[in-house]
Amino acid sequence: MPEFPVGQITFPSLDIGDWIAELVRFLNENLGFLFRLIREVVGTLAEWIEMVLTAPSVGVMVGILTLIGLVARGWRFGLFTALAFSLIASMGRFEETMDTLALVLVAVLISVTIGTPLGVLAARSDRLSAVIRPALDFMQTMPAFIYLLLAVFFFRLGVVPGVMASVVFAMPPAVRLTELGIRQVDREVVEAAEAFGARPSEVLFGVQLPLARPSIMAGVNQVIMLTLSMVVIAGLAGAGGLGETVVSGVMRFNIGLGVEGGLAVVILAIFLDRVTAVFGVRSRRTARKSRDASQDDSLFAGLRSVLRVGLGGRTH
Amino acid sequence: MSFLQVSDLYKIFGPHPDSILAKARAGHGRTEIQEDTGHVVAVAGVDFEVDAGEFFVIMGLSGSGKSTIIRMINRLVEPTAGRISLDGTDITALDRQGLRRIRQQRISMVFQHFALFPHRTVGENVAYGLQVQGIDDAERRRRTEEALELVGLGGWADSYPDELSGGMQQRVGLARGLATEAEVLLMDEPFSALDPLIRREMQDLLIRLQGELHRTIVFITHDLNEAMRLGDRIAMLKDGRIVQIGTGPEILRNPANEYVSSFVADVDRSRVLTAGEAMRRPRRTFSPTDSPQEVLDWLADQEFNGAYVIDRQGKILGVARDDRLAQGIARGDTDISGLLIDDYAGVTRDTPLAELAGIAALNSVPIAVVDDRNVLEGVVPRARLLAALSAEGVTVDA
Repeated sequence: MPEFPVGQITFPSLDIGDWIAELVRFLNENLGFLFRLIREVVGTLAEWIEMVLTAPSVGVMVGILTLIGLVARGWRFGLFTALAFSLIASMGRFEETMDTLALVLVAVLISVTIGTPLGVLAARSDRLSAVIRPALDFMQTMPAFIYLLLAVFFFRLGVVPGVMASVVFAMPPAVRLTELGIRQVDREVVEAAEAFGARPSEVLFGVQLPLARPSIMAGVNQVIMLTLSMVVIAGLAGAGGLGETVVSGVMRFNIGLGVEGGLAVVILAIFLDRVTAVFGVRSRRTARKSRDASQDDSLFAGLRSVLRVGLGGRTH
Repeated sequence: MSFLQVSDLYKIFGPHPDSILAKARAGHGRTEIQEDTGHVVAVAGVDFEVDAGEFFVIMGLSGSGKSTIIRMINRLVEPTAGRISLDGTDITALDRQGLRRIRQQRISMVFQHFALFPHRTVGENVAYGLQVQGIDDAERRRRTEEALELVGLGGWADSYPDELSGGMQQRVGLARGLATEAEVLLMDEPFSALDPLIRREMQDLLIRLQGELHRTIVFITHDLNEAMRLGDRIAMLKDGRIVQIGTGPEILRNPANEYVSSFVADVDRSRVLTAGEAMRRPRRTFSPTDSPQEVLDWLADQEFNGAYVIDRQGKILGVARDDRLAQGIARGDTDISGLLIDDYAGVTRDTPLAELAGIAALNSVPIAVVDDRNVLEGVVPRARLLAALSAEGVTVDA
């Protein structure tokens, strides 16, 4: 048997990097209008949200956030919210925090708008699911800086590349957990709806989505957390907000500035996590509990259900 | 033509079901096809007919294809081949819209694990079929309440399913199936998730409701006792094929093969078989004008202690017993009309044999099977009763 000359294998050299760069350039030249459109829409959306968040005075905004915390989780968390955001205000980082919140909200909005329907489709088709899965793995494991690089190339500097990079990085859980949630709905229950002659859309909106809600909301929660983790990286692309604070702290070796920015990110993360976690709880149970508690707590119960309608979809 | 007709129905699971169909039709076994091709022949050439208002039970073990069959009737599972027609409409040929209409209005379903919508109240669950049809609020509420009353859950409309016990949840499932007033009710092992006492209670409820509502029911079970108790007719299913269709007593009496016999052995025959099935013509009856000597001679000859005496219409007048006949002869009576006594027990045809066992030994004559005018239709001698109850049951036919 001839010995296989392992040492002599020559690997062909592939210039994948160059090809990709060429592809990106090609896309940029030929689909420029599309990128400009996205830049326009996303940029405007972010501006509006920023405007809304920064329109009230800092005091009023802290009050609003506190109220949200109070309604979502009770007085302890309300108190925490009040103290934590007051701390941010005292550090003079409130405006940056709101800018970051705006960026997070836009990115989450886009991620969920794309990710949830994709998850629904994946739950219906094993083939699509099989195709999507490796793509999602890729999206989540590729170093996030690369997205930023690409995003800057397509969308130039500013908030938009930060948002778009965050969307790519943070969307997978929205898809995955929507798919999971819908696949986990008891088959017989879906059959029951079909057996009574429900249309596919009635089965989806009346049965599957409501029952998959805890899982979907867990996905949204993860999307928010992942987006926040991108915020600092987005700061490199000139997205402003806390990212910029942290980045300039790092660049100038200003420990104080860096830690202040970091602390504000943590506070925002805790706030968003705890508030959104509430909507993962099965709606009917909480609705019932708040109904039972309505004698002493009716204001909050009402507000809570308003919030739930706004953020979590249908109540029953 | 029957109301619901299923003919030559096949369901093959796998990537290329059509290519396997010929094999299945040729009678190749399920295991063989699965090993050769990786396809599962769930249902193979099933034929049956169900009349309007009939309670039809499909009985089989898990994997026998029974759930697949019932799901093909409303096409939750698409048949690979075959035809299902309901009241002349070919269900297998319907488009989506036609199928939806049939599901909304003519066929409803009750599920093994209840399949209630956990996020809807009991009332909203029951109203589901009506809501899908777009029936207006007032009408929907009325029919929902009616259906809940029927199953004994009036007043529970505002509760949620998880606040109810298993038996109550299946009552909700049943109410949901009844509320649309569909003629056909498909029931997929509806009681097998319930504990035995509740199951019995639900069976009684269903029997009572069926007595009032006369729906056409296709009922799946793996419990032959349940099948015998509920079904007008039973189809015995094995490996996707029907091995026997018949009434409970027919199957008990003549199991088509060993497979059916092995089930039949476990059935409580005394509750399935009735006096009507165990009875025979009395060897001889007498009229009141017969002479005591003649009757006594006959009794002596037959080694009997008594005989039934009937009038011209066949109504039982009484029993001529040997001791009374002897007294009559001694007195010089010319006929037996004055000697009759009420020493007998009469039952109707549909009395289960279980109820006969206790009274069989009490009288000098066999138990009489009578109609509602007390006309003698047959008798059930004790030996015959015991033979019918024994597992072999071979001597039941006469």
